[in-house]
Amino acid sequence: MSDAQGAGDVILAVEGVTLSFGGVRALNEVSFDVREHEVRSIIGPNGAGKSSMLNVINGVYHPQQGTIRLRMDGALREFHDMDPHEVALSGIARTFQNLALFKGMSVLDNIMTGRNLRMHTNLLLQALRIGPAAREEIEHREAVELIIDFLEIQAYRKTPVGRLPYGLQKRVDLGRALAMEPSVLLLDEPMAGMNVEEKQDMCRFILDVNDQMGTTIVLIEHDMGVVMDISDRVVVLDYGRKIGDGTPEEVRGNQAVIDAYLGVSH
Amino acid sequence: MFYRENGQYKTTYGADQQMLPILQDRIFMAVLLLFAFIGVPLLASDYLLLSILVPFLILALAATGLNLLVGYCGQISVGHAAFMAVGAYSAYNIVLRVPQLNFLVVLVLAGLIAAAVGMLFGIPSLRIKGLYLAVATLAAQFFMDWTFARVKWFTNYASSGSVSTATIDLFGWRVDTPARKYLFLLAVVTVFTLMAKNLVRGHLGRAWMAMRDMDVAAEVIGIRPVYAKLTAFAVSSFYVGVAGALWGFVHLGSWEPLAFDINLSFTLLFMIIIGGMGSILGSFFGALFIVALPILLNQVPAMLGLPLATATKSHLEVMIFGSLIIFFLIAEPNGLARLWAIGKEKLRLWPFPH
Ligand SMILES: Nc1ncnc2c1ncn2[C@@H]1O[C@H](COP(=O)(O)OP(=O)(O)OP(=O)(O)O)[C@@H](O)[C@H]1O
Ligand SMILES: [Mg+2]
Repeated sequence: MSDAQGAGDVILAVEGVTLSFGGVRALNEVSFDVREHEVRSIIGPNGAGKSSMLNVINGVYHPQQGTIRLRMDGALREFHDMDPHEVALSGIARTFQNLALFKGMSVLDNIMTGRNLRMHTNLLLQALRIGPAAREEIEHREAVELIIDFLEIQAYRKTPVGRLPYGLQKRVDLGRALAMEPSVLLLDEPMAGMNVEEKQDMCRFILDVNDQMGTTIVLIEHDMGVVMDISDRVVVLDYGRKIGDGTPEEVRGNQAVIDAYLGVSH
Repeated sequence: MFYRENGQYKTTYGADQQMLPILQDRIFMAVLLLFAFIGVPLLASDYLLLSILVPFLILALAATGLNLLVGYCGQISVGHAAFMAVGAYSAYNIVLRVPQLNFLVVLVLAGLIAAAVGMLFGIPSLRIKGLYLAVATLAAQFFMDWTFARVKWFTNYASSGSVSTATIDLFGWRVDTPARKYLFLLAVVTVFTLMAKNLVRGHLGRAWMAMRDMDVAAEVIGIRPVYAKLTAFAVSSFYVGVAGALWGFVHLGSWEPLAFDINLSFTLLFMIIIGGMGSILGSFFGALFIVALPILLNQVPAMLGLPLATATKSHLEVMIFGSLIIFFLIAEPNGLARLWAIGKEKLRLWPFPH
């Protein structure tokens, strides 16, 4: 378990975010913040709006109300309607609830796409693959190999991702996000559908990323054991509203949270 | 020697990232290229050179271009013959108006003009996909057909609407005999194929494929759809424009606007469906198939003593294309290139399949 006291300043703040799809209010005036180096979990029953929250942070959805503040150059800045590219540039990476890998590509190429933001040689140099283009390719390959080693997927480098078992695909998804060297990593149910050993591996990877690379983690997870174990602070959403926020102990004792989870099979 | 990578350890990432990491593949490719550049011009008849190899090489180039867009970036186009036309008429007009320019420069300029037009017609892809995009690219086809038929400036006010070209002269080397035409095309196509192969293994190629496979995830990791899609349209149209110029100057010699009509667009699409979406090699298979099938239909029955009527042959051709396209779409969307890859995989294990 990482240490809440080690957590630093606010790096990401969500303020009064409301998001509707037609009549459905997926998020209703949700506010919370994320501190540097912490593991911040978002929990809530199915359909509570957790994934929508990440999509708002990523710039995939633009909320009708509210703002997102990001730490940039040492100060919290307010952003409106950022597009996903700008969010990625600001150092936020993401994994997906339903695998969103690039199916036609190998494990290596999937993770290499995470480096695209940092690769700048022009089209002509790439077509000729001379000088800077060849060097750039090797330089980023080296960075990607470190991630492949870290995730222990060396044997599958050249395998098309579609052929990997589900648990390993989840790892590749994490690898692609790590390749961006993000300061904040958003993880949408990284352990869903995994068996106990796979979950333990994934937990270990997440904690190592948090400890060794100092990456701030925002985690959506249904497994309460995992959440209570590894989170520094937890946000609870229900029907698009925030109904709880605090340390795992505080959230566990919160009556509104207990009520929300009653009758829900978790 | 078995076909195998055993014992061929890669000690650097550079070596591992080669275009053909397996030694036998490199030897095969070297022998093939040597044969193509030296053996074929010595051995092949004029008929083989002009009726099969010249159209094959140009169509392979065009199919490669279309494949970059459709197979690699996942954006459909049913109007690519229009960009061939842009390339052909651009080259015609540049040669007409600035005759002193070297033809290689003309080719590049024609490609760049086609790229600009292709990018323009690629703008709808930023908002629409699939069927709607297909219809938008169809508009490119009709618009360009109309332009080259009606705007007389492009055809230098020729009363018939058809244009004809002079022999290409490259630094005094005239591209006039069948063998020279073949060699010139082979050189151009080799260079462009290498560049296409490099592009799809670089970060731009990965951005295209990411866009094709999962656009939301691609955006979230920072790939801009505008950039990925428009570069795909531009590069694809550049290739197809160069192919169009070569089709006009080297293969046809003279042509009318109908030479680049929608039938040619469909032929290009069939080539990449049969050959293999998302495979450069597949573009070559597809082009070879499209060029060779009518000739096989012509000659095989005759050799077997079963001469077919011309009408029957063309019916047969359409039927075979139709059934193959349906077969590949359903059973093997990655086309002949995939069958080739499966064959190689088997060979890699042979003779010990475990
Ligand atoms: N693109 C969309 N269009 C319409 N409605 C949507 C869309 N995305 C989400 N919703 C709705 O918003 C609500 C919140 O969905 P969301 O996916 O954020 O929930 P979640 O908390 O991630 O649930 P789960 O635990 O099942 O993943 C749901 O009612 C969902 O139907
Ligand atoms: Mg969800």
